[in-house]
Amino acid sequence: MKLLEVNNLKTYFKTSKGMLKAVDDVSFDLEHGEALGLVGESGCGKTTSALSIARLLPKEGRIVGGQILLDGRDVIPAPESELRRRRWTDVSIIFQGAMNALNPVMTVGKQISEAIVLHEKASEADALRKTKDLLELVEIPSDRYKHYPHEFSGGMKQRAMIAMALACDPKLIIGDEPTTALDVMIQAQILNLLERLRRELSMGMILITHDLAILGETCDKIAVMYAGKIVETGSVKDIFEDARHPYTKRLIGCFPNVKGPKTVPAGIEGFPPNLLDPPSGCAFHPRCDFACDICKAQTPEPVNVGGKHIVACHLKEARQ
Amino acid sequence: MKDAREALVRVDGLKVHFEIREGFLSGLLSKEKKVVRAVDGVTFTIDRGEILSLVGESGSGKTTVGKAILQLVQPTEGAVVFEGAPVSQDREGLKAFRQNAQMVFQDPYQALNPRHYIIDIVAEPLDVAGLVKTSEEREQRVREALEQAGLTPADDYFYRYPYELSGGQRQRVVIAGALILGPRFIVADEPVSMLDASIRTGILKLMIHLRDTKGIAYLFITHDLSLAWLISDRIAIMYLGRVMEIGTADEIIKAGLHPYTQALMAIMPVPGQTREGERPVLEGETPNAAVEITGCKFSSRCPRATERCRQEQPELMEVAPGHSVACFPVQEEHRSSTEHIAGNE
Amino acid sequence: MGGNSVKAKLRKRKIKAFVSQVLANKMALFGTVVLLFFILVAIFGPLLVPFSVLEFGEVEDMLNPPGPGHILGTDDMGRDVLGYLIAGSRISLLVGALATGISMVIGTVIGIVSGYSGKAVDNVLMRITDFFLVIPWLPLMMVLAAILGTSIWNIIVVIGVTSWAGTARVVRSQTLSVRENQFVERTVSIGAGSGHIMLHHILPNVFPLVFANTILIAAAAITSETTLSFLGLGDPAHASWGMMLHYAFETGATSTGAWWYFLPPGLCVVAVVLAFTLMGYAFDEILNPKLKER
Repeated sequence: MKLLEVNNLKTYFKTSKGMLKAVDDVSFDLEHGEALGLVGESGCGKTTSALSIARLLPKEGRIVGGQILLDGRDVIPAPESELRRRRWTDVSIIFQGAMNALNPVMTVGKQISEAIVLHEKASEADALRKTKDLLELVEIPSDRYKHYPHEFSGGMKQRAMIAMALACDPKLIIGDEPTTALDVMIQAQILNLLERLRRELSMGMILITHDLAILGETCDKIAVMYAGKIVETGSVKDIFEDARHPYTKRLIGCFPNVKGPKTVPAGIEGFPPNLLDPPSGCAFHPRCDFACDICKAQTPEPVNVGGKHIVACHLKEARQ
Repeated sequence: MKDAREALVRVDGLKVHFEIREGFLSGLLSKEKKVVRAVDGVTFTIDRGEILSLVGESGSGKTTVGKAILQLVQPTEGAVVFEGAPVSQDREGLKAFRQNAQMVFQDPYQALNPRHYIIDIVAEPLDVAGLVKTSEEREQRVREALEQAGLTPADDYFYRYPYELSGGQRQRVVIAGALILGPRFIVADEPVSMLDASIRTGILKLMIHLRDTKGIAYLFITHDLSLAWLISDRIAIMYLGRVMEIGTADEIIKAGLHPYTQALMAIMPVPGQTREGERPVLEGETPNAAVEITGCKFSSRCPRATERCRQEQPELMEVAPGHSVACFPVQEEHRSSTEHIAGNE
Repeated sequence: MGGNSVKAKLRKRKIKAFVSQVLANKMALFGTVVLLFFILVAIFGPLLVPFSVLEFGEVEDMLNPPGPGHILGTDDMGRDVLGYLIAGSRISLLVGALATGISMVIGTVIGIVSGYSGKAVDNVLMRITDFFLVIPWLPLMMVLAAILGTSIWNIIVVIGVTSWAGTARVVRSQTLSVRENQFVERTVSIGAGSGHIMLHHILPNVFPLVFANTILIAAAAITSETTLSFLGLGDPAHASWGMMLHYAFETGATSTGAWWYFLPPGLCVVAVVLAFTLMGYAFDEILNPKLKER
């Protein structure tokens, strides 16, 4: 059984200006211990997808369709009480800029123990023991549990957040831009850590980022999102060596590749789509070099083009 | 060595130190004042029409260097020379300097006053310097600046507010505001790091186009080494307030000699590349800039550090034309190889 | 090239949008209607009610309850209470407005200068502000009124000068935050002086706060004036609602049950202050949309 199956997920937001279709029919799956990279630009729906899976949507957001199967059980209809139980034990989430989410007046150890005591009904002593283990796991000396967040460096704070996310041995960990605000060397350290943990603990991981370049080294498969939909899914090899969707191809080109020619890439003309009033048919058609009439009229259905490689595009070449 | 008189901008032994205010008691009790050595002896030149990238992580001092050149921050020591003359400190001199050297900021969402119209934002440098007399002239100059920044039809943007524009458009407004005085030199502080990948290229292309058509030179400040490679002629790598290595973009990327440069290259993600095993990261984290370090700033984390590195601070030394490295082991190797060649002749 | 007409059109559109927002907010609507009513009465009142306030009546006209010819009865001097009330509205509102103006100008200027300038200036200004903040305003006002005399202009100045401190603190906080924005840094980098920055960049971004604060200060100013007058420190030549209350109390209208003498001015003060307060909250909501979502 797969660890996670997201089928036709739709999450909409009610705003004063209308219904915002943040996630509009998104499907992907994840095996135990597998790492999926969810990539796209701002507003594409990747964070909302993560929040939907962790059931942490703000009150304006609502899942209006689809299924989220965690180990076979659909979490969408689950009542709030069950969700609260499952929240940190099945799925935990590391947010962007998470190091700023630490309470400055509480010791780091206490904040990690808090999660353990809450979910596992453990005694303070047991929780402390587990906290120290967790700190060692994320390569922080365990005697630092009694320090306050301001005594930690940026990288250490992020590692403390990871420790917190691991507190209840989740099956799936979602990282929403976990390294974006960090220096490149610390980013590398954190990514090393996440990979090691994933292997040692056989956790599933969803890594959400706008930085396509880091996904090749970190993930098994990649899903590219645009305007609330997934335009292409595939293994790292599929995406980088055999990208089919015009957006994927252009997007890859936007990241400097020091092993390639030194030319400024073409970029993508136009503006990101307005999710309150998205373009008809395929949302990418206003910016696509190959758009034809059917692209403006009909939303393309995802099509399997080999193995696990799926593309949603009307172009004949893309679908072969 | 290049003739320093040709250079548009020359920075010589630049130091910027900030004193930290201690709390009242600790200020009384301790004798030493804590000093943050944000920039601690930086020297480089930028020619007309050249793009030099200053690459470093947070705490490297790269932004402070940019601000010090533009006199937004007072240099503690050292010289900033523009077009052959030290940047003057009096009002008239500074006013003239500011027409020639401008800054492009990092955050397009914060760099524009949300309550001002676009036309007023772009025209503000003119207004402050008292350079236009009539409103037609003002409009015309704003129109030109917006068009140069790729915002057309310019008139459509005049009476809009920043919140009505996208991130890329806002950054173009920032650039238009920097262009309106006709500068020869622009300090761009992480100008694209807050923009989506697909929008970045548009801004980068604009900057290169401006260099090609108007001969504007740039100091391009970034933490992204691969981006620096893409856009610049030369790259300077900074660490804790000092330049560790400086050379052409290709030299730094493909043949970087300083251990820090090599460390950065070793962990650089390449799109599509998978990695076997762990990334070779450096131990620990960048030390606090307030702590005084004897010897080479990088010695605490350097795999090649020697006793000499911990005692003495290396200066930049040319190991190939235009390629300088501040590292004793590298300099030793270079010296022995040239002696070896000389010995063989 | 027609830039001015574009600007004018945009301004009209902005005003229309603002007005419609105001009308949509019930609190603001109520406050605006009530205030407009009182302002119109203050301006046009004397034309509607023929009795001159200074007209004394005969002995038998004194303290008559509401009846024919006198809708709100007469006071202890035989004067028509309604006429007196309308005349008083002019004074109360005028004093409130001018005192508020003085208070807001002082408070905003000190707040912005203090927040934007260096530590030395900031410290000096804030110590002065603290002084005014901490001193109990009523005794201070009474002392000042006693020293300066009870002319109406003195009252206005006294109220203005004792109520700016709260505004200054609030504006200073906001200034400190606005100052950190990158657009301020940008303006410094193009060579602008502090004055230019404070006027063109800090003030517009601090303005919504100032505006909402102004309205609340106005409510406080009217209350202050009423209080001072009630205590006998008002200007007898310019009778406000507070003065009416003072005389009502002094001449024993409260003990003889002449409710038509002290109840109307009291209710008017309450109505106006309530209107201002509601408007203050409403404008805060309108100008700070995040509050609306609560």
